[in-house]
Amino acid sequence: MSSNQTPEKATGLHIGTPAPGCKKTNPMLVIDHVKKSFGGLTAVDVEHLEIPTGAITALIGPNGAGKTTLFNLLTGFDSPDTGTWSFQGTSLSGVPSFKVAQMGQVRTFQLTKALSLLTVLENMKLGAKNQAGEGLLKSLIPSIWRKQDQEIEVKAMELLKRFKLDTKKDDFAASLSGGQRKLLEMARALMTDPVLVMLDEPMAGVNPALTQSLLDHVLDLKNQGMTVLFVEHDMHMVRHIADWVVVMAEGKVVAEGPPSTVMKEQAVIDAYLGAHQDTDLGVVTGRITIVDEGDK
Amino acid sequence: MLFLSALNPKRLLQALIVLVIALIVGAGLFTTPANADSVGDINGPGVSGNVRVDGEPVAGVRMIVEGGGYSAETVTDANGQWFIGVPSKDPTYNVTIDESTLPEGVVVLEGEPTQQVTLDRGDRVVKNFFIGEGVRNVVSFGDQLIARLVYGLNFGLMLGLAAVGLSLVFGTTGLSNFAHSEMVTFGAVAALILGSTLQLPMWVAIPAAVLLSGGFGWALDAGLWKPLRKRGLALVQLMIVSIGLSLAVRYIFQYFIGGGTEQLPGFDAPKIPLFGSVALSVTDLVSMALSLIVIGAFAWWLMRTKTGKATRAISDNPDLAAASGIDVDKVIRVVWIVSAAMAGLAGVLWAYFRPGIKWDMGAQILLLIFAAVTLGGLGTAFGALAGAIVVGVLVETSSLFIPADLKYVGALVVLILVLLFRPQGLLGRKQRIG
Amino acid sequence: MNWGQIFSNTLESLLTPTTLAYALAALGLAMHFGFAGLLNFGIAGFMAVGAYGYAISVLTFGLPWWAGMLMGVAASIVFSLIMGIPTLRLRGDYLAIVTIAAAEILRLLFLTTAFEPVTGSADGLFGYNNAGGFNAANPFPPGSYGFGPWTYNAEKLWVVTFGLIILALCVFLLWSLMRSPWGRVIKGIREDEDAVRALGKNVFAYKMQALIIGGVFGALGGIVYAAFANVSPGVYVTSLTFFVWTALLLGGAATIFGPVVGSIIFWVLQAFLTNVLPELAVNGILPISGTQAATIKYILIGAGLMLLVIYRPQGIFGNKKELTFVK
Repeated sequence: MSSNQTPEKATGLHIGTPAPGCKKTNPMLVIDHVKKSFGGLTAVDVEHLEIPTGAITALIGPNGAGKTTLFNLLTGFDSPDTGTWSFQGTSLSGVPSFKVAQMGQVRTFQLTKALSLLTVLENMKLGAKNQAGEGLLKSLIPSIWRKQDQEIEVKAMELLKRFKLDTKKDDFAASLSGGQRKLLEMARALMTDPVLVMLDEPMAGVNPALTQSLLDHVLDLKNQGMTVLFVEHDMHMVRHIADWVVVMAEGKVVAEGPPSTVMKEQAVIDAYLGAHQDTDLGVVTGRITIVDEGDK
Repeated sequence: MLFLSALNPKRLLQALIVLVIALIVGAGLFTTPANADSVGDINGPGVSGNVRVDGEPVAGVRMIVEGGGYSAETVTDANGQWFIGVPSKDPTYNVTIDESTLPEGVVVLEGEPTQQVTLDRGDRVVKNFFIGEGVRNVVSFGDQLIARLVYGLNFGLMLGLAAVGLSLVFGTTGLSNFAHSEMVTFGAVAALILGSTLQLPMWVAIPAAVLLSGGFGWALDAGLWKPLRKRGLALVQLMIVSIGLSLAVRYIFQYFIGGGTEQLPGFDAPKIPLFGSVALSVTDLVSMALSLIVIGAFAWWLMRTKTGKATRAISDNPDLAAASGIDVDKVIRVVWIVSAAMAGLAGVLWAYFRPGIKWDMGAQILLLIFAAVTLGGLGTAFGALAGAIVVGVLVETSSLFIPADLKYVGALVVLILVLLFRPQGLLGRKQRIG
Repeated sequence: MNWGQIFSNTLESLLTPTTLAYALAALGLAMHFGFAGLLNFGIAGFMAVGAYGYAISVLTFGLPWWAGMLMGVAASIVFSLIMGIPTLRLRGDYLAIVTIAAAEILRLLFLTTAFEPVTGSADGLFGYNNAGGFNAANPFPPGSYGFGPWTYNAEKLWVVTFGLIILALCVFLLWSLMRSPWGRVIKGIREDEDAVRALGKNVFAYKMQALIIGGVFGALGGIVYAAFANVSPGVYVTSLTFFVWTALLLGGAATIFGPVVGSIIFWVLQAFLTNVLPELAVNGILPISGTQAATIKYILIGAGLMLLVIYRPQGIFGNKKELTFVK
């Protein structure tokens, strides 16, 4: 990980110059003219954006840039005022969130949503798709779902082991630490066998000791053939693991490109400078480090 | 604001003690059983009914039942109820309501004053007449509509007094307070004890009742809600606590004033014809003026004063408000006092509007208050006021189109429809998920 | 003071049609609130739908008793659908207000004189148990059964047996559902519906299923109640909803047997107070009138509900960790 601080590889992800809205060789998500406003405030206004397949894409931008709202729109948790978007060529306009998830596009939330009063193992088993026992009538006859349930449990335990939560399997999720809940939420998302994993601030509130293992888990997803799109404020994470970076400000995509170059763009610096004068110091410090390191 | 200027915890406490003593003294004085006035064998077959105008019982109305050579008559009791036993189930009986014994300006609105009933499907039959304000013969629809709009506005303003308080409590604490109805009843009961039992003049009794209501709100927050907030109870838990409180307090009222209906002095003030078929009593006019003044004062308080601004800040974001140095507990305490005082005033006005004071009178309009708050968008005070006026007008005008005993249904159906199409309420904002 | 009579009357309420009706309704609320997290404050409406559905089917449409009862259940499903479609997408507290309003709308519709020929207006409906043949279907020959406080005539024994069978079936159904993967999804929705949605579950459909199943339990409660007493609109008031909630929370909302045990405790306590308070008043032990003694019971129920929710929200049988009112 630490050997190549600034990966200067030819990404092979895009066609033409990396600019806002540039074409990708193999896009997983294609977004067109998506616009959403709350009251008079335009939260998201994206002309055109493509998310490359098989890569880790970071979505960055100052607070209030519309990142989480864009996440909500893409996953069907909110509906835009106008616009179309498609996932692997299938249009997702008007598709409800649970169907989006069934199609293989799974997400996590900024404020972790562990199901507190379910055990860790129950949390995991809930994630599995196509469970016969989840139908109202079939659930009444255990012989229909018992075997499948055992298979799901085996798979859940494998994942829990990977995420080092296997010893906690019978604990209520409420008893886990914040970082462990993040891990649980990610592991639970993987139970759905996703194609695209969308992580909303996976690092927020995570104990630094866990950071490295989380990073490894995200990299692991790519190695297993999944596409990752994540929102993050932690620029180290962006730099270390992202193959592609999309920068948003005031609802618009202001820049995109490989992490090594995009961080130096004037638009990005402006976006952060312009919006961050009144936000907390930690973020501002983070910004300054980025620019400094980029200059080295 | 009238009643806030006199706020002083010590005096409130004294006032509360006076009220408790008054309640205990008053307890012995009210013993009105609520049995229907009846003739004939109460256990045998018979015809019964309930004479109500706008949902309010009318006492002393003469009812006659004739048929098969039998004839009997009775007058309605304090609850507007009557029962006449008949010797056999076979004949068709003619039931007559004596229009001359109805209150002035009230007539049978649908059908004739004499109507037929049969007892084929059981021992008892209920015969109710659709009666209401009107001139004998016909009032034009337009005139009726205007009259209903005026009554509706009056009712809506009164609901508004209660609704803004409920909305304020919801906005600042997140609590859906089911015991708000008991704060409404409290005002009326306090006015009853002060004005009727202690014989104070009403211009003293009503402000004193409102002050006592404020004290009740203070006591509820100090004794119950603040400790529960400190315990960190979840909102659903608090809501169920408020349901328990509502039940307990409601029956405490019944314990003291009994199950019957009591009247405040001046409830039967003569109606003054104003224009068209609009006739309002002095009480009605004072009630409307009072509602407007108090709501105006409330608006000024909420928008202009420091505490009012702090209240809005807490509704917007409690953590941020606390972080910017607002004493959240103190503001919430004031909110409870203001909310209870306004609910108490609404109770007094509602006692005149019904007319009558009953142990569960607040609970009768609780859902309408909730409807008003929800229509306006939960937690927005002015939305609640707008919602209340919509509900009030809707309730009153709907009785032009649907049976009078279904008039609350209209408002509740509209509540559900609004939630279907505009879940954030009339004036609410949409929110982001996650 | 006739303590023997007081205790006999108290013990009698361990097993009565009313206790069984409350247990069924509380079981429905356990499904709604305890497991699915749906704040239903309109359980009285579901009970009314069941009771009126049964009585009207028999009296107006001339159906036999069993078909009438099925109609009552079917009517509750329709009621769930009508109420669920607009509200299940909304925030929890909106659902509370809408359900309480819907139950009140129903009660007013049953009460109005406009539909008096069908609903009986304020007098309610009676005679359907004979007309529909429910009483004739009684397998027990006339006589006296049981012992001590639990002495029933054939008619009451039939209703109690019928109610017990229905209750046992519903308890088994709820238990089967909640141990299955379906139950896991339902409990997940209670904790956080967005998280469950993000895992590809059709949350709306699950909530609707839970609403319907709990509503059917509530309607069956109303039917069992109607099989013994008359159907009267004065029964299905908002207070009934609150009493069923009290029974549910007594036993434990997120448990299978809690609602049943809670209903029994609720009715035993209430029967005890109903019997003991007037006796105390009459004998001059309490300085109050007989009517006031009857009122005290309700004050105590209200105060009891408050104390229960504050100090033991998980109920008598619930696990402290199981239900902590997350929302």
